Amino acid sequence: MANPQNPAAARQRIVESEASHPLAKIAPLAGWFFPGLGHFIQRRWIRGLLLMLAVLILFFAGLGMQGKVYQFNTGSLLDMLGFVGDLGSGLLYFLARAMEWGGGNIHRAVADYGTKYIVVAGLLNVIAAVDAHHIAIGKKP
Amino acid sequence: MTFELSHYNAALLFALCASTVFGITQRNTPKDMFRYGAYCFVLFAGGVIVASWLMWLIKH
Repeated sequence: MANPQNPAAARQRIVESEASHPLAKIAPLAGWFFPGLGHFIQRRWIRGLLLMLAVLILFFAGLGMQGKVYQFNTGSLLDMLGFVGDLGSGLLYFLARAMEWGGGNIHRAVADYGTKYIVVAGLLNVIAAVDAHHIAIGKKP
Repeated sequence: MTFELSHYNAALLFALCASTVFGITQRNTPKDMFRYGAYCFVLFAGGVIVASWLMWLIKH
């Protein structure tokens, strides 16, 4: 009989619950694709709304401050990491690229803040997507 | 579309959004979420003020 305090047994339970729950894969993907969607599909309306607002405000405030949206690149390490961070915003990133938003402006100091806002919006969205996954597998209420 | 913010207001907006996400994702109950979010916000905003005074002291 499995010991409930055994870490291996706990890991096994998580793996089983991940395999058994269909939302375990869909929720984080939805949450990455659009901020808060991973929580909305699990009926966590208020949490989803707050997460959506936080990420959207950061992303669009960053664009409004003339921040830069990174493209795929093999340049400096910071540029590559910036691209990875931006990609965390999901649909917002592709929308910004399609609309050619986020050209950046090196003449404004605040534009550099905007660039960081956009990267952090992506990173926070990834954290929110992981949270949606934890809710789906029952690790979090 | 351009958005004008002072440096301090930009830091406060950043703190508000980041604290919201941290609070919701790092705690389990609504009460704990609010408390942790408020704690993170105070640390962000307080950190900005402390860093500002440190820079002022270094300059003078």
